[in-house]
Amino acid sequence: MEQLTGAELTIRLLEEYGIETIAGIPGGANLPLYDALSRSSRIRHVLARHEQGAGFIAQGMARSSGKPAVCFATSGPGATNIVTALADANLDSIPVICITGQVPLSMIGTDAFQEVDVYGLTIPITKHNFLVRSAQDLLRIIPEAFHIATTGRPGPVLIDIPKDVQLDIVDIEELPIPASAVVSVVHSQDDLTLAAAMINNAKRPVFYVGGGIVHSDAGAVARFFAEKNSLPTTMTLMGLGVIPPEHDLFMGMLGMHAARSTNMMLDECDLLIAAGVRFDDRATGKIGEFCPEARIIHIDIDPCEICKLKEAHVGLVGDIRDTLDRLLPLVESRARSSWNQHIQLLRARHPFFCSENFDFSSPYGIIMRIAEIVGEDAIVATDVGKHQMWTAQVYPFNRTRRFLTSGGLGTMGFGLPTAIGAALENPDKTVVCITGDGSIMMNIQELATAVEHDVNVKVIVLNNQSLGLVRQQQKLFYNEHIFASEYEHQVDLATIAKGFGMKSFDARDTLVLDELLTVALQTPGPSLINIPISIDEEVYPIVPPGAANSVMIGGNYECA
Amino acid sequence: MSAHNNQPIAVLELLVRNHPGVMSHVCGLFSRRAYNVEGIVCLPVATGETSKIYLQVREEERLDQIMKQIQKLSDVEGVVRYTGDHPVFTGLATYFTC
Ligand SMILES: Cc1ncc(C[n+]2csc(CCOP(=O)(O)OP(=O)(O)O)c2C)c(N)n1
Repeated sequence: MEQLTGAELTIRLLEEYGIETIAGIPGGANLPLYDALSRSSRIRHVLARHEQGAGFIAQGMARSSGKPAVCFATSGPGATNIVTALADANLDSIPVICITGQVPLSMIGTDAFQEVDVYGLTIPITKHNFLVRSAQDLLRIIPEAFHIATTGRPGPVLIDIPKDVQLDIVDIEELPIPASAVVSVVHSQDDLTLAAAMINNAKRPVFYVGGGIVHSDAGAVARFFAEKNSLPTTMTLMGLGVIPPEHDLFMGMLGMHAARSTNMMLDECDLLIAAGVRFDDRATGKIGEFCPEARIIHIDIDPCEICKLKEAHVGLVGDIRDTLDRLLPLVESRARSSWNQHIQLLRARHPFFCSENFDFSSPYGIIMRIAEIVGEDAIVATDVGKHQMWTAQVYPFNRTRRFLTSGGLGTMGFGLPTAIGAALENPDKTVVCITGDGSIMMNIQELATAVEHDVNVKVIVLNNQSLGLVRQQQKLFYNEHIFASEYEHQVDLATIAKGFGMKSFDARDTLVLDELLTVALQTPGPSLINIPISIDEEVYPIVPPGAANSVMIGGNYECA
Repeated sequence: MSAHNNQPIAVLELLVRNHPGVMSHVCGLFSRRAYNVEGIVCLPVATGETSKIYLQVREEERLDQIMKQIQKLSDVEGVVRYTGDHPVFTGLATYFTC
């Protein structure tokens, strides 16, 4: 028998669950946890400069590894600062466990110093949350939190621990053993046979894959599945990497910033095999007009997603890798030459990009060059805006968990701390953060964290002196009435990075961008590279928000 | 009760873990998915480890979706759907006359 405080027990359990890194910031209400953490030999602490940074550092670890990651914040302002990162994790189904300190139980409800109802605040933005009422309960709650965060559709869990609970003594007989819970769902053979028959009989099928493929580690089987039946495959923002761009079946992203040929193909398809997707409006456009001729097979682990927005003719609820494994032997080997030839024709008429787009002066050219220099083993995080969409459109991702981006919430400020988390988790890899001059400002304080831990993060700012994507929408949809989306005051980001103690490079000072990029990206350790680009470089094609995907504006689709 | 709306009523019976936050979880789900709850009755069951929550809602097409969402709540152990004439509400009707 052993006696531990609630705080010590918490740290012990986190160790048992294999946690090696915790990002966070201490304060009055979580000091007992920090005191216990200081004595852990198995967990290192990463001191963020803002709690939102800590939340995204945890996300970077979780998104790049698929394993749950932990962040800490104190009560009140610490907790309110971290909620954006939780909301972000919730929408993209990321297993993050956030442990907040809370005022002592006896003071809850008295408007005590730094008291905020974090439990109430986080109900709608977590998969589940707990307010711990006794140290003994931690023995049940922490294992349950890990279970909830990682099983089924993953998601963030918040555990709010009052300070007195952290200090209370518990007698421990033995620690609960972490169970690796595999919840497998058995489909009826009828549903599988029906789905397979629909696939085998379809004339114009399309495979539509998303983040669920990543979460269930189904990338390889999904590719094999597409190849066996020659299914042209389109990916959501969260599914990029499942099929690489050089693959014959690659159709890139769908929806708002898809290639024209991809949205046209979807208009024509007679069967949509949707796996690990949620028919998000940025992907489907006006839902009533999405895939008007298609029957739908929907595979997802979350039963709520089936028929949520679009009626599915067959819904297969379960782990996607498992489901595809079972479906694979039932699906015929097919070439589908006429359908695929038709699609090749669409692509030839409306190519993704023309070679002139890859000129070095254009964002596409810069992004492609980055990819070339860092190679296929690098991890890429982005912020939110045009730079994010350009990256999604052209970066040659060829496997999952290499592209970390805020899909559901679209949170500016995501990029830098997420890149730091990914670098901490993958010390052997280069992590590139492609960001904009707007987004970088939202968590720029984490440059200090990057330098402190000497992580291999390269921050590339595509600097257009504006909130580019917003400005573009104003140009297109608000009569060119540009308001509050241009920065009148210029800041010198390279100098700022130097002030943080980070190596920095500024393409303003050079005519040989290629050389600068090569040197900067190949120098070990953290650095920032500021690259001015034209304010008028836009993201095309674009489907106006709320319109059908057939309404695509812009985009050179006839090459010179 | 349904005078202003002729959509039929359904009654949902939820068996939940009994703790101070569980009502917020259930009510929050309905409010953030913009699904109106007309009536609520909640009392602990037996030893108080669990509670039963009865919800009176309108039969809309989205009710199936909402029920699936309820089943996903970690504190919910089970959901049963009844028609609107479930006695838990009809028995209370006398308290709700002007
Ligand atoms: C936290 C947050 N605030 C506001 C927005 C709305 N928004 C979306 S894109 C964008 C502009 C982003 O500018 P920048 O980071 O410079 O990228 P660019 O579009 O110029 O590449 C804004 C303000 C957002 N997504 N997130």
